[in-house]
Amino acid sequence: MSASLILKYAIELVAVLLLALGIKGLSKVRSARGANQLAAVAMALAVLGLLINYAGDGGIAATAWIWIIAGTLAGGILGAITAQRVPMTSMPETVALFNGCGGMSSLLVALGVALFPEAGGSDLVAVVSIVVSVFVGAITFTGSIVAMAKLQGWLSTPAWMQSRLRHAVNIALAVLSLVAAVKLIASGEGAQGLWLLVIGSGLLGIGVTLPIGGADMPVVISLLNSYSGVAAAAAGFVVGSQLLIVAGAMVGAAGLILTQVMCDGMNRSLVSVLFGGALGATSGGGGGGGEYTNITSCSAEECALTLEAAERVIIVPGYGLAVAQAQHTLREVTRVLESAGIDVAYAIHPVAGRMPGHMNVLLAEADVPYEQLKEMDQINPEFPATDVVLVLGANDVVNPQAKNDSSSPLYGMPVLDVQEARTVFVVKRGMSAGYSGIKNDLFELANTSMVFGDAKKVLGDLLTELKDLGLGKK
Amino acid sequence: MFVEFLWVLLLGSLLGLELIGKVPPTLHTPLMSGANAISGITVLAALTLIIKAGDNTVLLALGAVSLGFALFNVIGGFLVTDRMLAMFSRKPARKENR
Repeated sequence: MSASLILKYAIELVAVLLLALGIKGLSKVRSARGANQLAAVAMALAVLGLLINYAGDGGIAATAWIWIIAGTLAGGILGAITAQRVPMTSMPETVALFNGCGGMSSLLVALGVALFPEAGGSDLVAVVSIVVSVFVGAITFTGSIVAMAKLQGWLSTPAWMQSRLRHAVNIALAVLSLVAAVKLIASGEGAQGLWLLVIGSGLLGIGVTLPIGGADMPVVISLLNSYSGVAAAAAGFVVGSQLLIVAGAMVGAAGLILTQVMCDGMNRSLVSVLFGGALGATSGGGGGGGEYTNITSCSAEECALTLEAAERVIIVPGYGLAVAQAQHTLREVTRVLESAGIDVAYAIHPVAGRMPGHMNVLLAEADVPYEQLKEMDQINPEFPATDVVLVLGANDVVNPQAKNDSSSPLYGMPVLDVQEARTVFVVKRGMSAGYSGIKNDLFELANTSMVFGDAKKVLGDLLTELKDLGLGKK
Repeated sequence: MFVEFLWVLLLGSLLGLELIGKVPPTLHTPLMSGANAISGITVLAALTLIIKAGDNTVLLALGAVSLGFALFNVIGGFLVTDRMLAMFSRKPARKENR
């Protein structure tokens, strides 16, 4: 064993340890930031270890260095710029984009080794791992890009994709990929099977992701994130790197757990997310449907008057707030309320925002103190002692049907018991249904008033009204 | 060699399953983003490909593009996660009310 090999193993061991500690630390609020940095250090160490090993073991050619530096600069600079520029509200699509690129990287490595076996190997193990890496890498890439495009609103689902036809198409694509894979493995090499596999699995990624509705997208991204770990592990088999296999497997498994945790929070099963299509399309009946009859609506002015008289106010932010990017205006409103001695808290449903945990990020960005953000179990007992609840662009997560109506598709989903409060204001653009397409009984209750309008505009009006009432002046 | 790799795969997967049990919803987004950055560890594969490419320009270019994609994932992923998490810690919690 050469000295550089021993050094390589030592560095790899430390890197794996730090990566594991990093993932573990990321799941606790207090240690999360340090853990992320730890993982970054581990990654740098891993790269260093690899370079040291090859430098000691025959050296790295000058041409190789040039290409390494070129790739590093291009990817690194673009990544750094993207990370700095992207607004916090676009976080889901950003993660999807990064993730897709990771998948693409594994795909390209496998392609390279497949086309030029001298760079890796052409025995059965090598070919099988190439097949897995190409298949998973391609699905991760196209799936993530479609997810990003859908979240950005660049892409909508074509009608035939909502029908059952898509299952037939996807099965056909899966069979095509399988045939190509078998062909590739049986013949050892052969570019034909390879390209067929790339195209088949790439299209499959599109076909599976395209029909999935916007609110389910975070689950899909999380799942694709798990896939990119699998793709990395497969690439580890291709180039013979144990570190890559461990890290890829770790991310793959951890991603799977996270996906499950997210599904639980949304009361959705992974199967129904992946194959059920949009929830609204399948749940026309149930206890949902029907027109709204008994709606009270009011102006921002009336809402401001009630708020002024309140002692305790709970804000329920939702998807609509995130889309309207109204978190800063909301913070100004709550500052004014607090300055008048009104007690303000935020009730954060586990899946509020565009992605689980996204709302916490957005409110933190707007300088809302962390301790005012209350999780569902913590705040639900407090609603009866609350004067005013302000629901901002949230719908399904405050639907009492989930508790009361066992025939409702929402039944069993954990919800915020806002109706227990004395007065509820719901800020909403119109009477359209929420993501689930289910009528919300909350809107018809006697203590609920609707304030129609875009969350940002309504909050702006509220701020003006509150200031006119003399609040927020010292 | 192959069997050894399979063991590594198995143990790595088990470790991953154990690492995160309960995650507060607050951290779902940063955790996903951080794990995503780690999955960019394919930089190692891309680097290996370039180093072993010799004089094969197609392979060198393929490796470099792959490296670019992977590093975009890694650098962007870690930085954006840090940006998110920095927001949680910007205001050190005055006192933990729990």
